[in-house]
Parts: sequence; structure tokens; C-alpha cells
Amino acid sequence: MFDSLSIHSVLHVLTVLLFPPLLLGVINRTKAMFGGRRGRPLLQTYFDLAKLLRKESVFSETTTWVFRFGPVVGLATALVAAMVVPLGHASAPLAFNGDVILFAYVLSLGRFFTMTAALDTGSAFEGMGAAREATFACLAEPVLFLGLLVLSRISSSLEMNALLGDAVARGWHASAAPLLLVAVCWFVVLLVENCRIPFDDPNTHLELTMIHEVMVLDHSGPAFGMIIYGAAIKLFVFVAMIVNLVLPFRTGNSLLDWIVFLLGTLFVAVLVGTVESVMARLKMAEIPKLLIGAGVVSLFAVILLLSYP
Amino acid sequence: MSNLLLDPGLVIALLLNFYILTVTSLKEVIYAVALQGALLGLLYPVAHTGFSMADRAGSLDAVTGVRLLGLTVAIVAIKGWLIPRFLLRAMRVADVRSSLTSTIGVIPPLLMGGIGTALAIVFARSLPMAEQHVSHLPIPAALATAVCGFLVLCTRREALGQVLGYIVLENGIFIFGLLLIEAVPIMVELGIVLDLFVGVFVMGIIFNHVSRAFPEASVEHLSNLKE
Amino acid sequence: MDCHTLILTGAALSALSGWPAVALPARSSTGQSLAALMNVAGCGLGLAAVWMFFVDGPAAPLSCPSPVPGSDFIVAMDGLSAFFLAPVLLVCGLASIYGLQYWPQREGAANARRVSFFLGLMTAAMVVLVVAGDGLLFLFGWETMAVSAMFLVATEDQLAETRRAAWLYIAASHLATLSAFGVFALLYSQTGSFTYSTLPDSTSAAAVGMAALALFGIGTKAGLMPVHVWLPGAHAAAPSHVSAIMSGVMIKMGVYGIFRVASFFPEIPLSWGLLTLAVGTISAVLGVAFAIGQHDIKRLLAYHSIENIGIIVMGLGLALVGRATGHAEWVLLGICGGLLHVWNHALFKSLLFFGAGSVIHSMGTRDLDVMGGLGRRMPTTATCFLIGAVAICGLPPLNGFVSELLIYLGLFGAIQADKSSMASAAAFAAPGLALVGALAAACFVKVYGIVFLGAGRSERTARVHESGPAMTGPMILLAGCCALIGVAPVLFAPALDQAASTWVAADAGLNARVAELSLSTLAPLVPVSIVAGILFALLAVGTIVLLRRVRTSPKSLTWDCGYAAPSARMQYSSSSFAQWLVGLFGWALRPRIHLPKIDTLFPADVDFESHVDDTVLQRAVNPATRFFMWLFGLSRHLQQGSLQVYLLYILLIVVGLLLWKPAGS
Repeated sequence: MFDSLSIHSVLHVLTVLLFPPLLLGVINRTKAMFGGRRGRPLLQTYFDLAKLLRKESVFSETTTWVFRFGPVVGLATALVAAMVVPLGHASAPLAFNGDVILFAYVLSLGRFFTMTAALDTGSAFEGMGAAREATFACLAEPVLFLGLLVLSRISSSLEMNALLGDAVARGWHASAAPLLLVAVCWFVVLLVENCRIPFDDPNTHLELTMIHEVMVLDHSGPAFGMIIYGAAIKLFVFVAMIVNLVLPFRTGNSLLDWIVFLLGTLFVAVLVGTVESVMARLKMAEIPKLLIGAGVVSLFAVILLLSYP
Repeated sequence: MSNLLLDPGLVIALLLNFYILTVTSLKEVIYAVALQGALLGLLYPVAHTGFSMADRAGSLDAVTGVRLLGLTVAIVAIKGWLIPRFLLRAMRVADVRSSLTSTIGVIPPLLMGGIGTALAIVFARSLPMAEQHVSHLPIPAALATAVCGFLVLCTRREALGQVLGYIVLENGIFIFGLLLIEAVPIMVELGIVLDLFVGVFVMGIIFNHVSRAFPEASVEHLSNLKE
Repeated sequence: MDCHTLILTGAALSALSGWPAVALPARSSTGQSLAALMNVAGCGLGLAAVWMFFVDGPAAPLSCPSPVPGSDFIVAMDGLSAFFLAPVLLVCGLASIYGLQYWPQREGAANARRVSFFLGLMTAAMVVLVVAGDGLLFLFGWETMAVSAMFLVATEDQLAETRRAAWLYIAASHLATLSAFGVFALLYSQTGSFTYSTLPDSTSAAAVGMAALALFGIGTKAGLMPVHVWLPGAHAAAPSHVSAIMSGVMIKMGVYGIFRVASFFPEIPLSWGLLTLAVGTISAVLGVAFAIGQHDIKRLLAYHSIENIGIIVMGLGLALVGRATGHAEWVLLGICGGLLHVWNHALFKSLLFFGAGSVIHSMGTRDLDVMGGLGRRMPTTATCFLIGAVAICGLPPLNGFVSELLIYLGLFGAIQADKSSMASAAAFAAPGLALVGALAAACFVKVYGIVFLGAGRSERTARVHESGPAMTGPMILLAGCCALIGVAPVLFAPALDQAASTWVAADAGLNARVAELSLSTLAPLVPVSIVAGILFALLAVGTIVLLRRVRTSPKSLTWDCGYAAPSARMQYSSSSFAQWLVGLFGWALRPRIHLPKIDTLFPADVDFESHVDDTVLQRAVNPATRFFMWLFGLSRHLQQGSLQVYLLYILLIVVGLLLWKPAGS
């Protein structure tokens, strides 16, 4: 299952470890540009992480070991998920038949412990956040899997490398409409899984309206750093999947492909920032509607694909 | 050529169905329905030339071309401009609420629409098809659009919502019509337009009566007429 | 000594295990200890027999004359029955150890002897049912199991709720028994004997009848969705270790029945496979949806049993679709996924019921909303429950993930398959399974968070203590088993292969192709172990980093947004956590919500309540029952209570019989 430890594997791991916080910087910069501000430095997230790692943590008296374990699981699962996703032409270092299922479930594991850690504080707000996160995850998961069905049929495989590899390029010729629908729906999943506007506002200052941010309200110091880092990696993973889906074309030159891929991720980050700038947050009651709508559209994509002779 | 344009067009029309089922803002539904109608109008010459070319393997003569152009413009104008204008005006004049409400919530009709579309595609595969129907999508698209229109018709409380549902239903039938262009050209074309006129006309009359009798144009008031 | 003798000896030991307790004085704990010892010994012998079977291969069937003329009782263990035996023996043995401290005879003299007695009897009955090689012995074991389970459900028969649950259980159970009778009568009509064998064809009316009776009749015992009505009440009313057996293994007997009957058919129509898959998916989704709305920890776990049975049946459905379309790999993945989930569910569900029992034993209530913060006072129970919770959500690196992965692989295979067949419809179960996984995660975050985390919601939580070793021991063992299957699934692949090949034996063509495949080549069992290793390594590194960093941190209150006097009652409750999801599934759950009306500026104390009842029971079964009560109530007018009237009836009937002439004569 491991290919020989190639330069790509090393680059893959390094990219996963070092690149993701930059995406948060790009999103923030985009939003600042729309707002007519200069915004904080692109590398601010790295500085934040470095600072948080040096800080002390404060723990609530009601918490147990579950509260401290949550961020660790969140980060570890994000890393494992990142190991199975190919980055552009470079195939993933960890690949086997069925790794897409592992991808979805390992992220679920991270979510499980983040929510548990939130409930450990005994705060009504964090309970609220956990309940919302759980609900939206239930609605987002089928969308992800319906998209996987489409890709799995196009590539006749259940391995991420093949699923998001050359088969997609052929797929854009033969069955563009379903792929386009999947790309759009997965973008919605990206926004909801990573707590972006219009589903959640990472910058709001009112606990009552938050989802993800309110769950991690009580974390501090290195634990909070782990949460931010884990969230950045998770965002990067979803962005990478969408880039793979939309830009499956290879130049043949390895270096050029890497550059194209990384530029693609930055572009998606700009896109996320743009969506966040031009849209308002949805009313809470509207969110299930949008997610179920995405589900219906992806269901339609599967059926459309099945109807092709 | 025909497939290349017809299929994406129909896919967009189907997606608009879901949008119409989800959105509660009356104005947006009107725009979506108008967009769907205009899109179908534009698909009409595409379907026509597609079938003609498959048949005669040649170019169109001038008369057919002009007729085609005229009809396309007429359909797009009626479906995409006149009817929405009429509806928006009605909305303003009758002073109805700017949002639609549904008798069974928003999500169940949406899910039913999705399942209906799935069933339509499955069902269409079992139908015997003529050779000339180069695309496989029109029949399921027609069925699915009709089903979605019917769902809007069934679930929306407001009279205007009903009119919109009826128009979506009409759009479904229009897609069916696209398939029959070759067989009975003029009849179908006239039928499409007349159907539409009659539909809107009738609903308009009902609507006017309703709005005169009741302060708020909701068809639920009709049940008050029951003895 | 072959495995059959061994397992029957074990079963006899289990069956007799209750007698010492009956013979000894009511309050003596010796009796109960002896009973537990005998039952554990019986289960141990049985496990040895199962081990022997997997090592040495099958033994010659035993037979002895039965009361029914012309047919014998046959004992024949094959791959399928050996696979089902393992969890039965493990869970039953552990449950009787658990019962020593959970339901001690010294305290509950009135009914503890009964529990010991019927527990042993039920264990033996399930063993007999599974090792049976013919329909008669199957029915014998089935009925003994059903009746002893009823007495176990009715342990606390002083409570009206318990009596109601027991009656409902026995009624539903007899529906299943009746269907099982029907199935084997039809088998007799087709093959001329009660022995398990392949039917001559699958299209005759009798064969179709057998299939329908198996799915919807025997499925009552398994707890499939429309016919699950008895399950939540019975599981909630029984003592926790009995619930663990009922949910962990007894309902699996229904599954065993369905699997067994499905193996009789020489070929399977595609529609059966798709129907089974649909029934499984609906059970799974609605089971977990109902679970989310519950406030009673045991009812909640009971609804999760419906969900998991649904997942198992999805595996079976996939295998049937595979048989119908000749895809050997789907058959193997489906049947192995389903069977492995049988083991997994037995392990984590009994673990969870043991954990719930530990909490209930300490708290004295099953109501989630008065619990909270128990994790600090009962750390072992909390940790074991957490492992069970992660496992039941199907999350890696525990066992639930492995079985669900197998089913997913098969379902995704279906979408890649031939372009024009309806078989690709099977793939739509995959997003359903994903939905089930996410809902289960929501539900168990809720349970674990409400029960073990946060601050206590009532004063009772302050007096809670950790349970004794007889209760925590079995939990630790089960948690270990969950982890073992999750981390090293490849160890269990040979047993699964063997069970799968037994199951397809009726289909000669496919059998050869399934025999060529093996689970460890089809499914990524080794990579799963590697991923588990990576995950554990990352977790260890992360934990170490964090621990090194935070050694000197101060403690403080939870941040409650500046509010100065937060109280434990302000925490999210089970009802508020579930509110959104219950609302989204409102069309099926029909929650009853009592909203307080507030019409003054300074309102008095008000209450908010929401309940999720069983929709099928409340809206279909109960009205139907009332109708029949009314209908048969009409005949009460005949009962006049005077002898003269009864004599008159006799006279009328005699006259009637004299006048009546059969139509043909």
C-alpha cells in the first residue's frame, strides 16, 4: 500500500504539515480586501500557532481528560485524513481500496471527540455548538457520499488516488454535468465542514450564533493551537479534493504540476474568502434547507450519471 | 451539436425545479420560473435543428429558419418576460405577502422532488423510444418538471404559488412537446402557446376573484366555501 | 470428544445452572455464585467447542429421535452456526458474572433466583437453537428462549410498565414463533423433511412464502423497523445484564433465522435483494432517528439495536443482490460485513448495556436528564462506555468501522457495476449508511456527554460510586474485544470466509467462485491495522506534547460568556441536544411537545417537555389492538352467567349441527 518512499511522499507530508495555515491567511486577506482594509499578515496564523504553543492553558474545573483529549484527536484525525488525499498529480502516501471511507470516518472520529470535549465543559453555549455541529454533520455526510458515488462510478475505483486522479479528466469529457454538480455540492460541504459563512461565522463575537467556534470556547494555550492547526489541515484537505476535482489536467512536468496545484488551492481559498465577503450568514433555520438542497442535487447528479447509456 | 446544448439546458431546467421547490421568496420563485421558461424557449430551436439535421442531414431553408426564429422569440418573450411581469404586477396590485408558505414544510416537497426526479429517470428508461430521440434526457426531464410543478401546486398555500406551480407543470409539458416537434410541428407549437395563455388566464381570473373576496390571497380560504 | 458433545455438555451445564440457587435458601449468595460458575463453565465449554470447530473442522452430525414421528432431532454445527455461537457464549457468560453484583441475591431475594434460573436456561436454549441442524430442534430452542426471555423481562413484575412490556414482548415473540413454524412447515412441504436443505426452486409460492415469513415474521424477533414494537419496552424493562443478552445476542437469533432461511434458496431474484436492502436501510435510519429522541438510556440503546440490526440486514441484502446478479465479491463482502457486524454489535451493545447498568445501579434511575458529570466518579465505567460509543458509531480504529467498511465496499462495487442493471440501485444504501453513521455519532455524543460529562444535574449524582469488579471486569473484557477486532481484523477473516462459504453452499455455481475469493484479499484488512497504528501513534505523540506543555496550568470556572451564576441546570439537556434532529425527522418521530405558554411579564415557573413515543406502536399497533378488543368484546354478550342460558346454547348448537349439511355431501 505504501509506494516506495519517493520524493513526492516527502513533499506531500511537508505540504500537509506546513501549507494549511497559509490558506487561512489568504481567506482573511481576501475578506480584508473586500472590506477595504489591509488585513493582517498572510502568515499571521503561523505566528498565532507559535504563540499559543508557548502559552499556559487554563482548564475549567468541570472538565475531565476527555476535554484535553479532544484537540489531540481532532489534529491526529485531520492528519490521517490528509495522508489519503492526493495532492494534484502526486498520489497520496497512504492508499488502499476503500480509503475514501476511511477518510470520511476518520474525520467523523475527530468531530466526535471535538463535540464530546465541548460537552465536557458543561456550558450551555458549548452544548449548543455541539448539537448544531452534530446536526449539520448528519446533513453534510450524505452529500459527501453521493459525490463519492459519482466519482466511484466514473473511475471504477474506491481508492482516493484513482477516484480523484486521471479518471476525473476523462469524466469531464464524458459526463461533465454530474461532475460539475458534485463540485458545487462539495464546495457547500467544504463551507459547512469548515464552519464558513454562510453556515457559520468564524469571526462573530456572539457565542449564541456560533457553531464551531463556540465549541472550542474553553480551550486555551497549546490545546487551542492544536484545534486551529487541525482546522487548517481539515480545510486544506477539502480544498485539495475540490482542486483535484476541478483541475484534473496534468502538464507532465512534475514541478509545474505542483505549482498548478498549490495555486489552485490558493484560488479556492480566495473563492471561500469571496463567498464570505459577499454573502451574509444564513438564518439558522435556513441551513438545513440549503444542505438538504445540496443533497437532492447530488442525488440528482448520481441519477443523471446512471442514466447515461 | 444538439445533445451538446440540449442536455446541459435540461439539466439546468431540472436544477431550477429544485430551486423553485426550496425558495420561499415569491419574487425569486417568479424569477426562477421565468428563467426556466426562457431557457426552454431557447432549447426549442436547438431541439428542432437537432431533429431536422438528424433527419435530412442538411441545412435549414430560409422559411423554416425565420419561423423558428420567430417562434423562439415569441416563446422566450411570453415565458420569460410577459408572464413574470404579469405575476409581479399581480403581486404588487393584490398586495400579497412576499413569501410563499407550504402546507407540509419546505423539506418534504424538496425530498419528494428529488425522489420524483429519480423515479422519472428510472421510468423513462423503461419506455420504448423512437430512434430519432438522440438525447435520453427530455422524457425524464419532462416528467420530473411536471412532478415538481405538481408538488408546488399541491403544497403552496398562496394563490400566486399555485399559478407558479401550474406554469412549472406547463414547462414540463413543453419539454414533452419538444419531442413531438418533428411529428406535428405547428400544432404543438400553437398548443404550447395557447395552453400557456389559457392557463394563466384561468388562474388569473380565479386569483382575482379570490383576492377580491378575501383580504389575503390564500387558497386555504377556498375551503370556507365548503358547506 | 467432538465439538458437538462438548457444546451439548456445555448447554446442559448452563441449563442446569439455576437449580442450585433454587435449592438453596432464598437469601444465600452461594446459590447465585454457583449458578454463575456453572453458567460460565458451560459457556467456556461451548467456546472451546467453537474453537475446536474452527481448528479441526466440522464433526459428524448427531441425531436422536424426536417426539414428532418420522423425523429426528439433528445437531450439526457448521460455519454459520459456529459464528453465531461465539457471541452467544461470550455475552451470556459475562452477563452471569455481571449479575453477581448487579442483581445480587442477598438484596433481591424475591426475584434473583428466577433471574439466575432463566438466564441459564436461555443460554442453553440459544445454543441449542443455533447448533440445530433441523427445523424441529430450532423451534424447540426458539420457544424455550422466547419463554425464558419473557420471565427475565418480567423480573420486576411489581411494576405495571414491566408487565406491559413483558406481555407485548411475548405477543410479538409468538408472532415470530408462528412464522418460524410456517417457514419450517413450508420447508417440509417442499423437501419432505425438517432437515436444513436446499429447496428445489426459489420461484414456487411456498418458497416466496418462506422468504416473506422469514423477513417479516422472524424479523419481528430481530427487531426490523416496522415490526420492532416490542423491542424498546422489553429492553428497558429487563435488568441491564438481561438487556445486554437480549440486545447483544437474543435478537441475533432472529438474524440467524433470516440468514439460515436465506441459505436454503438455490437462486435469488434481484427484487428480494433490493427489498432486503431497503428494509435494512429504513430500519437503520429510523432506528437511530428514534434513538436520538429518547430520554431513557436503555430505551435509547434499544433503538440503536434496531439500527444495528438494520445494518446487518443491509449486509445480507447486499449479499442477496450479489447472488442475484452473480457477483461473488458482493456476496462475500455483504455476508462477511453482516456477520462481522453481528459480532461487533454483540460486543459493543452488551458493553453499552453493562455500562448503562452500572450507571443505573448507582443512580437508581434511567432518566438521562438527571445525570451528568458521572465520569469523574466512575472512571472505568465512563472509559468503557466511551469505547463502546465510538465503536457503535462505526468510527475507526474500533470494530464497528471494519464491518461497515466491508458493507461500503460492496455497495460502492454496485455503482461501478454493469451499466444497465437495476443492481446499481443498491448503491443508494451507501449514503443511507453514511447518514446512519452521522446520526449515531450525534446520539452517542449526546448520551456520553449528558451522562458522564459536564456537571451533575441532580443531587443524586454526588452519591454515585464506581461499580465493583464483577461489573467492571466484563466491561473491560468487552472493550478489549472491540479494540482487538478493530485493530487486527485480519485475525477473524478465516472464520468469516468459512461462514460465508456455508451460507452460499446452496448456490453451486457461485459457491465455487466465492471459495476462490478470500476476505483478506477483497478488503483492506491489513491497511486498516496500519491506519489504526498510525492513528494511535499520532494520538500518543499529541498527548505527550500536550501533557508536557500544560503541566502547570491553573484551574478556573467554565466560561459562560460573563454570566456570573451559571448552574448545572443551564447545561444542554438530552432534549435540547436532540431538538434539531428530532425536528428534522418529525415526520416519522411525531414528537409530543408541551410548550409552556407565557403571557405575563414575570411568569411563574414553567415546564417544557418533549417525548418521542414509538410511532408504529402508538399509531398502528395500539389502534389495531383496540379494534380487535372491541370486536371480540362483542362476544362477551354471550356470557350471561346463568346455567340455563348455557344449556340453551348447547341445545342450539346441537340443533344447528343436526340441521347443518356440509355443502358437498
